[in-house]
Amino acid sequence: MADANPGGRPLSPHLQIYKPLFTMVMSILHRITGGALYVGTLLVVWWLVAAASGPEYFDFANGIMGSFVGRLVLFGYTWALLHHMLGGVRHFIWDTGAMLDVPRAQMLAKLTLAGSLTLTLTIWIVGTLVF
Amino acid sequence: MKAMKTPLKRVRGLGSANEGTEHFWQQRMTALANIPLTLFFVGSIAALHGADYNTVMSYFSSPIVTILMLLTVLSAVIHMRLGMQIIIEDYIHNEGTKVLALMANTFFAVFVGLACAYALIKIGVS
Repeated sequence: MADANPGGRPLSPHLQIYKPLFTMVMSILHRITGGALYVGTLLVVWWLVAAASGPEYFDFANGIMGSFVGRLVLFGYTWALLHHMLGGVRHFIWDTGAMLDVPRAQMLAKLTLAGSLTLTLTIWIVGTLVF
Repeated sequence: MKAMKTPLKRVRGLGSANEGTEHFWQQRMTALANIPLTLFFVGSIAALHGADYNTVMSYFSSPIVTILMLLTVLSAVIHMRLGMQIIIEDYIHNEGTKVLALMANTFFAVFVGLACAYALIKIGVS
């Protein structure tokens, strides 16, 4: 890898120097949700393997997932999925070169958060009521 | 290792990883595939939440569901491996640790993909 600072010249300041901006927080949140989803796949593995293992172990796993903490983790996991998904849509828009100016980038960031919360709640309400 | 080339010379063309835009392209391909697959997956979670063993088994015994789930797993593990690779390359600067972390990342993605696929196929054909 190339030496990042070969001449020992001053580097530009990093995150802690800047006032947190909404677009910046959403960018960081995109990475955090991505990392959380990465770890969260272990829950999916566990639940699917539990289902494949037979009724006894599945009931045990389902009991944990059905607890208050389990429900909270599951809700958070689905929100992280949908938030990361909408963050990705935002990146697709930017990939075309559109909406990169500050006002519209900020509007997109707000829409991403509002959209992920609305979508998660809607899916859970529909999933609970209809099925 | 100190090379005689300037940093600009080294990043020109294919870049230091010698793979050009392959990473970017795969990341975007799987991102696009993940949009409908994620909606299907989250919908499945919300619908199956709290369901008993028989309900869950009958849901996952449908070939369409199994195929969609396998596609979800395939696309998701490729996407998450690429994403974590970037995080590792951004934050781990020690060359040895970085190489080990990149290997662990691949092992993890393969494990998650294979374990999910095996469980899904076992339920699907039972």
